Parts: sequence; structure tokens; C-alpha cells
Amino acid sequence: MKIHVHEQPQEWPASTTMGEIAANHPGATLLLINGRLAQPEQLLTEGDRCWCLAEDASLSPAEMNDILARRHSPAIQRRLAKATVGIMGLGGLGSPVAMALTRMGVGCLRLADFDRVDPSNLGRQHYFVDQLGQLKTKALAATLARINPGVKIELIDQRLDGPAIKKEFRGVDVLVECFDDPVMKATALRLALTDLKPIRYVGASGVAGYGPNNEITTSSPFPGVFLVGDGHSDPEDGLGLMASRVGIAAHHQANQVIRLLLDDTADLRPSNQSGPDQDTSKKNGNNR
Amino acid sequence: MEIIVNGSRREISAGSTVTDLLQDLAVEPATVVVECDKVIIDPGKFATTPLAAGNQLEIIRFVGGG
Repeated sequence: MKIHVHEQPQEWPASTTMGEIAANHPGATLLLINGRLAQPEQLLTEGDRCWCLAEDASLSPAEMNDILARRHSPAIQRRLAKATVGIMGLGGLGSPVAMALTRMGVGCLRLADFDRVDPSNLGRQHYFVDQLGQLKTKALAATLARINPGVKIELIDQRLDGPAIKKEFRGVDVLVECFDDPVMKATALRLALTDLKPIRYVGASGVAGYGPNNEITTSSPFPGVFLVGDGHSDPEDGLGLMASRVGIAAHHQANQVIRLLLDDTADLRPSNQSGPDQDTSKKNGNNR
Repeated sequence: MEIIVNGSRREISAGSTVTDLLQDLAVEPATVVVECDKVIIDPGKFATTPLAAGNQLEIIRFVGGG
């Protein structure tokens, strides 16, 4: 019968027990069949997925890549694994974007922030009480390494401005704008459309409060440039940023990154065929 | 004179600059990206960039939060 041991398909005789599988994994004390705790005498059945884990279980980057390749398909995983994604700002947008891309096995993340984790961040950003006071770059890198040790993490511990964005992010496969400050949001998009062109870019505007889920959209005002949000919900207007809605926007951003990395050319219209006029007309109400 | 802003016709006074238009629209110049006839305008030049009849502008305005 065919069973999966550590995600690898293997052929075993009928009436094999979990203990027989575990014998090949010295030191394993935690036995799992299909995600449930198992005893050594438990019989396996066709198609079962088994893990034999030690108390201090760890995964090598190669094992993690293998697991993801089996879930996502090897061709897709190869493309994700060779990509570099830049994330500017590691708050309520940037930290969940980094989490999603790490879980999916994007090869390299270049992460920039200058802030330290403060208690007000815990309501919506991927940090922990025991990380209060740490640089967000270092705190997030530590968390990401606990999820997927195979992802290469590059940290930029500085407050970005126009020249720094050009210097640090030129050449990334996709640049994700997760700033809090609307002036920096505009600065970064301007650079994406001029000095960094033809970069692929995913920004955000209008993510505050607990407004309707489906008013968070992804639009493309310029070829290769995507903006996520409702375009108007401003934390200055009363309701601040809230984990549930800013999280919707962050995952729009993360999924758009994945779509761009996998070359979903449906979203990459050449500028000579469908310019900004047509694109922005769809979202006049959003972005002005 | 008439210009096109984000796909809609808009009447502005002759001699208006990008800064004048942004004032009319009540948007903060530092938080917008302005494209005029496919060229991104440097914010430092908003006040000295005159608009002409028929110009096609795309204005992306950002609100904070992230």
C-alpha cells in the first residue's frame, strides 16, 4: 500500500504499524498519522500521511522546500523559491505579507523598517509580548525563521526615503509598499513609475477601520502597478487600523505578489495596449 | 479650459498650475502622484507646471495606514 512518510510517498506492506515506520526514525517520540497523535501499534491504511518527530523537531530548508513543492507543485515552488520580494514597512500590512510569503516559500525577502515593537503594535502586527522593544526587522526575522528556515531574510534597519528606496530595492522581483505614512506611499509609487521602472509594484491605500470586507480591492492604475485598499479609509478620520481589515488588505497584497511571481500575465497589460486611462477609470471613486 | 482628470472632464481657469488643481481638489500635494499626459510630475514642480487645455491627468491620492 502507498503511504506518505514525511510527505514522501512510500510503498509498505498491508498491516504495517506506525512503530515499524518509526523504527527508521531514531529519536522520534511524537508519532502523527494524518495530523493526529498515534501509538506505535496503530495500523496504517492506504494513503495515510505519517510524521515521526523528535521532541525538539526541526526541519531543514530542503525538507521545507520539499513539503511546499508537494503542496504547490514543483514547477510553482521553483519559481517562488528563486524570487526576491522587497517589503517596505513591517507594520499591520508588511508583517502579515512577510508571514504569508514565508509560509509559501518565496526564496528571499528584503525587509525594511526603522521602528521598534511597541505595545500598541500587538493589536494587529505579527509581534509578541516578549519582543517588545526589539527592532521590528530583527523580531520579524526571528519569527519567520521559526516558520520556514529556508527563506533568506535580508534586513534594512533604517528609515527609508527616496534615495534609500532606489538603492536598496532596485532589482527585486516585486516591491511591496506597506508604509504607514501617505507621503512615503506617494514617494514610493512615484519612484516605481520613474527611476525604478519597470518594477512590479504592490502598494496600499485605505485600510483603516472595520468597513465592508469587499470594499478592499486590488486595482491596477498603471501596468505592473497594483494598489490595494478602499482608497479612502484613513486612520486620521477616527477609526484606527484594525487587525481584521488591515489583514484583508495585507493578504490582497501577498496574493498579488504571488500572481506576479507566477507571471499571471492577465494582469500585466503592456502600456501601449491599455494605458492608465482605462485602468484608472475603473477606480475613479477609489483613488481620488 | 477643459482637462481630463482620472477620466472625467473638468473645467479649470486658464493659466492654472498643477498646484492650483490640487487645491481645487482639496488634496495634500505631498500625498499624491500626478501623471500628466503619461509623464509623472515631480512634486517640486507642481507650482511651476502649467496645465493646458486637453491635458490628461491621472491623480492617485494616498491615505495613511499600514
